Amino acid sequence: MALEDFVELTLGHHTQDGIEVVDVEGEIDVYTAPRLRELLIDLVNKNNYQLVVNMERVEFLDSTGLGVLVGGLKRVRAHDGSLDLVCTQERILKIFRITGLTKVFGIYSTVDEAIAARQAEK
Amino acid sequence: MATVEVTFTPLPAHVRTARLIATAVARRSGVTEALLDEVRLAVGEACSRAVEMHRRHCPAEPIRVELTSLGKRFEVVVTDAAPPGGSDFPSGAPAPVAAPSGTGVTVPPNGAPERAAGFSAGFGLAVISGLADEVRISATDAGLSVRMSWPAAAVM
Repeated sequence: MALEDFVELTLGHHTQDGIEVVDVEGEIDVYTAPRLRELLIDLVNKNNYQLVVNMERVEFLDSTGLGVLVGGLKRVRAHDGSLDLVCTQERILKIFRITGLTKVFGIYSTVDEAIAARQAEK
Repeated sequence: MATVEVTFTPLPAHVRTARLIATAVARRSGVTEALLDEVRLAVGEACSRAVEMHRRHCPAEPIRVELTSLGKRFEVVVTDAAPPGGSDFPSGAPAPVAAPSGTGVTVPPNGAPERAAGFSAGFGLAVISGLADEVRISATDAGLSVRMSWPAAAVM
């Protein structure tokens, strides 16, 4: 990728079957992670405690991004909520495996699968 | 002499630039496509850690990244200028504890500030050790040096 092909981070969110789905596209690193953290904090502050973070269009994730996701998980769990991830990309899954965080997050192949799994627990 | 040497001011925005340059030089040095993601992530982790340390201790000092093709190895050295003995964790935070995985990873204990910096600084080094083929972390006169290398086919 050329330096000028500048991809940062695009964030969106919508409600699906009563669960807030956060769509993340681009790179989550030390520069962009604060924006994701702010969004997660904002959603929790607005009483959204069931979150699914769709990472299928994430191109890069480092430990700063992991820290933000763990922080979001702590926040929703304080309200008996959940934060699940959607990711099938090996390059992204690898960092979850290296850090042992595959045991901490529910990681699913599709948003529908993540929502179905969460609703089955209700 | 390094094949390519980069210095940058300790701003988070520049970490991406360092990652892109490192990946380009690694590819040019013959690192296989399968390993390029590991190079990109490990260099990003080392630079992120250096940026956090510099912003805390010496924000006016640049961070140095040396990228060297050594024939059958590709080596990256990220050197910071944060004072020796400077903590990887925010001052005033409780001492780090071992992560549940027991892999030697250290993270701030519960109750530590949730700042990404607090989570990632020491954590980043642990991630690097899981990514790079060889890693050496050593103190220098100025700060800390993170030396990482991967196998490469000499193509230059």
